[in-house]
Amino acid sequence: MMTMFGDPEVWLPLAFAALMGFSILIYVILDGFDLGVGVLSAFVEPAERDRMIASIGPFWDANETWLVMAIGILLVAFPTAHGAILTALYIPVAVMLIGLILRGVAFEFRAKTTGRAHNAWNAAFFSGSLLSSLSQGWMLGIYVMGLEHTAETMAFAALTAFCLTGGYAFIGACWLILKTEGALQDKAVDWAKGGLRLAVAGLLAISVATPLVSPRLLDKWFSFPEFLFLAPLPIVSAGVAGAIWLILRDPDLATGRLAWTPFAGAAALFALGFMGMAYSFYPYVVPEQITIYDAASAPESLLIIFVGAVIVMPVIMAYTALAYYIFRGKARALSYE
Amino acid sequence: MDDPLLLSRIQFAANISFHILFPTITIALGWMLLFFKLRFNRTGDERWMEAYRFWVKIFALSFGLGVVSGITMSFQFGTNWPGFMETVGNIAGPLLAYEIMTAFFLEAAFLGIMLFGASRVPNWVHTLATFLVAFGTTLSAFWILVLNSWMHTPAGFEMIDGQAHATDWLAIIFNPSMPYRLVHVLLASGLTVAFLLMGVSAFRLLVGDRSGGAGLTLKVGAWLGAMLIPVQIFAGDMHGLNTLEHQPQKVAAMEGNWETRGAVPLVLFALPNEELRQNDFEVAIPYGASLILKHDPQGVVPGLNDFVAEDGTVMHPPVAPVFWSFRVMVGTGFLMLLVSWAVVWTLWRKGGAQALNPWVLRGLVAMTFSGWVATLAGWYTTEIGRQPWVVQGVLATEDAVADVPAPMVAGSLTAYLAVYVFLLTAYITVMFGLARKAAKADRGAFDLPDRRSGRAALAPAE
Ligand code: HDD
Ligand code: HEM
Ligand code: HEM
Repeated sequence: MMTMFGDPEVWLPLAFAALMGFSILIYVILDGFDLGVGVLSAFVEPAERDRMIASIGPFWDANETWLVMAIGILLVAFPTAHGAILTALYIPVAVMLIGLILRGVAFEFRAKTTGRAHNAWNAAFFSGSLLSSLSQGWMLGIYVMGLEHTAETMAFAALTAFCLTGGYAFIGACWLILKTEGALQDKAVDWAKGGLRLAVAGLLAISVATPLVSPRLLDKWFSFPEFLFLAPLPIVSAGVAGAIWLILRDPDLATGRLAWTPFAGAAALFALGFMGMAYSFYPYVVPEQITIYDAASAPESLLIIFVGAVIVMPVIMAYTALAYYIFRGKARALSYE
Repeated sequence: MDDPLLLSRIQFAANISFHILFPTITIALGWMLLFFKLRFNRTGDERWMEAYRFWVKIFALSFGLGVVSGITMSFQFGTNWPGFMETVGNIAGPLLAYEIMTAFFLEAAFLGIMLFGASRVPNWVHTLATFLVAFGTTLSAFWILVLNSWMHTPAGFEMIDGQAHATDWLAIIFNPSMPYRLVHVLLASGLTVAFLLMGVSAFRLLVGDRSGGAGLTLKVGAWLGAMLIPVQIFAGDMHGLNTLEHQPQKVAAMEGNWETRGAVPLVLFALPNEELRQNDFEVAIPYGASLILKHDPQGVVPGLNDFVAEDGTVMHPPVAPVFWSFRVMVGTGFLMLLVSWAVVWTLWRKGGAQALNPWVLRGLVAMTFSGWVATLAGWYTTEIGRQPWVVQGVLATEDAVADVPAPMVAGSLTAYLAVYVFLLTAYITVMFGLARKAAKADRGAFDLPDRRSGRAALAPAE
């Protein structure tokens, strides 16, 4: 089995890098919309806030599990890289965890309190979502900059922190277009328009900055013939962003049958951006320092996990789909049964 | 306070201690909810559904706290203990990965259906979701305890260039202490929930609950506790005998026994003094320890002095914390035995929970979180008793710590502690707030589902 696909020292690290990338992407899309809804929840009436939170209530826990999965794969498949990355990002990781804690517990506490305590938990829900989004964007920026901490890299990280939060707000707004109706849905359309601008700005910033900091990347993207294979990536992204923009301007969006398209477009945009980054960084897991091949664990141990993943992953996808199917349709107030 | 090793240890201990509080509740409470649900499906007695409705809220709250603190745990390995994964990652990795893939996704996906889906799916799907969540939490306990037990009694591996490589996965999974630890921890969870059920139900009765539901759950808790505690004491004894075989220095610290000798007394109270290597103010039962550990009054029990190297390096754990936490756990265990049997006996003799004396009820409220006390004390015995090793005989704690500047660890530790104290206060306040609200609720306010279709009229959003 081990040598079935060639040298296990080559294909196993690659398979796990792919699995990790997949988990990060799913996390960014799924928890991205949860966090985005959380950030937007500060700007609405109480009744609207209840509906917004009800629209993510049944899903957020499973969505967050993809982060555990991604960090778990980094931990188990590339232990040296896990140590190097997380110790370099020690402070933003701590901030993100505290944000995730606040956001996660606020779901429960706000539902069980009234009056001042309820308002305080709403504030915790918002600030937890905001802290998590900002710190994730900050980590992205520092990672892109090769985990260096200088004035320039930190300025860049501040920019990506802001843009990723905008991107999350964008995909969160698209989710609300799909899951809500009436005045709240109209607001969501406006938010989506603003968020789209920030998301595109973020993508541009990263696309321009990465080749600038690394001659290797400049070479990787702008040499012939790679350039030709890669050209579709930015072109398709621009097309998708343009299409979303047009749909968002359609006055019949809310009532029409196209309410799902902005969300699908947003997810596609995240995926395209992610693919570009994956291409840039391969084969490194710690930029310019450690490749996935240097960092990988022993092949026997990776194989044990790989076999499990091949069997379990489809099952996970199936019941995740089931959960989304059960809670399909417009969100209504949640209650414990 | 400028030693990153010490700070990292404190931070790890604080995080895992906070985390374990919630799994100990959710593991057994999930099964309790399934029990309530099945009783309702069977009998149609409204009180079971009411019990389900009330306890599912506490379950959801505990689960939320368990999840967020668990996420913190999975980052800890990288941020504070990179040496751990670098040395034993080939063993720990697959176990953690299987926990995530088989357990975490299962419980997280079906939790949504269990909490919010009753009006959207047929009753049997909802019951199935409840089962899968309970099963998922138990499965996750299984995997993490496999890993933790392996750290105490490593097996099925070889060291190559300073890294552990797996040679036999069955030996790794069924390592010598795993069966004992798994049984002991699952029983601990059952007991924690038994006393939680009793404590919160007693509180509801005290503030004037007339619904009948509180009396019912008090009774369930009392029977559960009374049935599990003798099993737990027996399982704990077996666990100790197994530990004697594999980690004698830990048992020596638990017993406060310095010299290897026969006819060792059972120390009830003492202040272990590591400087003079003796016990001060000892109160002991003659032959006790030899009898318990060797089933022979003259049995030879290993002592701590065997674990000091020629050059004076101490290779046994710090004595006092192990000695004391062990006594707290066992003491709480015997208190649980006394209380649960007394309550069951009274209920048996006098019928309903309403007949219980208010002072008994107050006592039960005071013991609401006794399971937490015993569980934490047990984990401290186990984990501190393994020091100075992270993985017994394989990796020393000081070799696993990250090279993070101490002020950074101090900063994150302070932030975590503040959040934890705050959340724990909020958790307990809200739990008793819910109990008070349930006690006051007008009976008519509960919309009961039609049993056949299981579709509930939407209860007012909480
Ligand atoms: C005896 C049981 C036990 C022990 C010792 C631990 N856990 Fe745990 N953990 C659980 C039992 C559990 C659980 C019952 O499965 C939880 C609690 C609530 C929940 O959602 O699942 C959980 C949740 C939970 C989660 C969130 C899962 C999700 O998203 O649903 C993570 C990431 C961890 N844990 C990680 C850890 C790590 C890294 C540990 C040790 C170092 C650890 N846990 C010790
Ligand atoms: C859930 C209940 C647990 C509790 C309450 C607990 C508690 C503790 C405590 C108090 C220490 C510190 C001992 C000392 O430094 O003197 C410790 C150490 C440690 N434990 Fe646990 N533990 C638990 C479970 C686990 C599990 C499941 C794992 C891993 C799979 C684990 C891994 C470790 C490691 C790596 C250390 C070494 C770091 C250190 O010494 O602080 N623990 N634990
Ligand atoms: C009263 C009799 C009891 C005895 C004789 C007993 C014995 C033990 C022993 C010897 C250990 C350490 C094992 C090792 O480190 O290798 C242990 C650990 C532990 N105990 Fe107990 N115990 C008792 C009661 C309880 C109760 C009532 C609870 C909780 C409700 C509890 C919860 C735990 C936990 C969570 C651990 C740590 C995990 C483990 O190593 O199993 N124990 N117990």
